[in-house]
Amino acid sequence: MIGLAHYLILAGILFSLAVAGIFLNRRNVILLLMCIELMLLAVNFNFIAFAHQLGDLAGQVFVFFILTVAAAESAIGLAILVVLFRNRRSIDVEDLDVMKG
Amino acid sequence: MIQAVVFYVFATIVVGAALGVIGSRNPVHSALFLVLAFCASSVLWLLQDAEFLAIVLVLVYVGAVMVLFLFVVMMLDVNLEELRRGFTRYAPLGGLVALTVVLEIAYVVWRYHVGDVGEVPAATPENYSNTRALGTLLYTKYIYAFELAAAILLVAIVAAIALTHRRREGLRYQDISAQVAVRREDRVRIVKMPSEPKA
Repeated sequence: MIGLAHYLILAGILFSLAVAGIFLNRRNVILLLMCIELMLLAVNFNFIAFAHQLGDLAGQVFVFFILTVAAAESAIGLAILVVLFRNRRSIDVEDLDVMKG
Repeated sequence: MIQAVVFYVFATIVVGAALGVIGSRNPVHSALFLVLAFCASSVLWLLQDAEFLAIVLVLVYVGAVMVLFLFVVMMLDVNLEELRRGFTRYAPLGGLVALTVVLEIAYVVWRYHVGDVGEVPAATPENYSNTRALGTLLYTKYIYAFELAAAILLVAIVAAIALTHRRREGLRYQDISAQVAVRREDRVRIVKMPSEPKA
């Protein structure tokens, strides 16, 4: 029988894959944004699984708000990325050292 | 039984797609793998009685956010080889961190029996509507948070447009304030001239 533990482990695997992705693709800002989306997905899995197990819809309401904020975040992040590429012709994280003292 | 089969099949797809996201050479492939991960996740959410959120995940994420990602990936002319440099150097570290996180989470889940929260929830009744229940909650108890979410989306729209908008030289804009402020003397010149005599 598929229970809460299965979903928690699946979310854990997904989250850790996203963390590994941030380590692997630490130069590409687009990939970093995608890995953040994966992390949010993993967190949403936990909320949905607990909401189902405890019979409390508050968890699903939280997922709703996380989706909203994540959409806003990726819109602004991609806008910053476009401006960045326009100014520096690169999306490499290591090139973004203008504020280095 | 069939639930277990569906769960394992789609969980495998989600994990495989996540591997594809972090391992692809091409960012376009990564974005498409992320779309696959979202679609498979929405099936898993359906299994957990979250019908509304499963549909919203497909509509909002696959339909809007991932299209935005693909648009940006294809619009930017990025030197891929340059960005891939250092991938293998950090692969052992990334793998180690991922393995540690998975083992820690699995240990906590199994050691403290997190999965044994009460008994298995009863199946929802025949005419139960997840959308109606969620909407009732959103528009009553969480109405202020809902309004705030709308404000956040508005701020995001304004910020994204303000960031990426640029004024280009040489375009012919309509200067409305100048048009409104124009006076009669600027445009009309009355010329007095004698009328011509009849022939």
